[in-house]
Amino acid sequence: MHELSIAQNIVEIIQQRIPELEWNQVTAVRVRIGAVAGIVPDSLKFSFQAITAESALCNAQLSTERVPFRVHCRTCNTNTENEDGFAMCGECESTDIQILSGIEMHIVEIELEETARVI
Amino acid sequence: MSIITVERKVLEKNDELAARNREVFRSDGVFVVNMVSSPGSGKTSILERTLEYLKDSLRAAVIEGDVQTDLDAQRVAKLGVPVVQIITNGGCHLEANLIQDALGTINLKGIQLLIIENVGNLVCPANYDLGENMKIVVASTTEGDDKPLKYPGMFRNASALIINKIDLLPYVDCHLEELKSNALRINPKLNVFETSCTTKQGIAEWCTWLKEQMASKK
Repeated sequence: MHELSIAQNIVEIIQQRIPELEWNQVTAVRVRIGAVAGIVPDSLKFSFQAITAESALCNAQLSTERVPFRVHCRTCNTNTENEDGFAMCGECESTDIQILSGIEMHIVEIELEETARVI
Repeated sequence: MSIITVERKVLEKNDELAARNREVFRSDGVFVVNMVSSPGSGKTSILERTLEYLKDSLRAAVIEGDVQTDLDAQRVAKLGVPVVQIITNGGCHLEANLIQDALGTINLKGIQLLIIENVGNLVCPANYDLGENMKIVVASTTEGDDKPLKYPGMFRNASALIINKIDLLPYVDCHLEELKSNALRINPKLNVFETSCTTKQGIAEWCTWLKEQMASKK
């Protein structure tokens, strides 16, 4: 259950990027997760909700975008995807590959609701 | 509504701390191994056999990670090796900051090899860099031959796979060639060793390879 620790890291990044007075205006946080990154999106959302519920970030909804596992083959120069995370070209079955995506875990963007500011 | 583009790795803080640990290890000339596996695969037994085998040729230290108890640290301490126990109190993996804290209580001067035994768990430790030179994954024959397919992250990041409890092969439903080929489908660069901590089969081969890796990093 490392999703809790991952959610904590996401909260810390939001707190670094957004001034404290605007934390309650954060409405959405978008996260990109590789298909074989070992993260369960529902567990991550649950953890995020649990640790932000009683905080200034309680309006923030976490959403996840899944990125397929994709490899580049150095032998036949093609890019292929597979569901299992096999380090193998889907065309020629060469194992001389480079992983292009599918193992990452990135915080992509944060959405804020604009409210009238008193000047 | 406004959108702020962030584009940062979620675990960048851990990665930064791991980079700092790596710098400490490099300047102290310590080679660091992060041992990962499911619970009960025999990490601590391999550690004991490894430390016994290498005791006359190099100085080693150990960081033990467990959810509870210092039972593993007690086992390692019996071999006369400096050891620090990290108790995670429920945490399912070690993170770079825990290693940084542990380094405050262990003197690395004169130590050539530091082995970190991670919490027994085939999922979470894969995501956390601790600053090690390499990860070693242990899979035992009693776990069956499909673990690399079910828990690929652990095998993808490792430099070597130790297949432990090889002496039990006649008694368990595990096909050795299948286990190896499954692991190599995830990571074709894995160096594979077959060991038994009871008969000591394969310990010399694994330790010789480890010493070669240490020499090549100097």
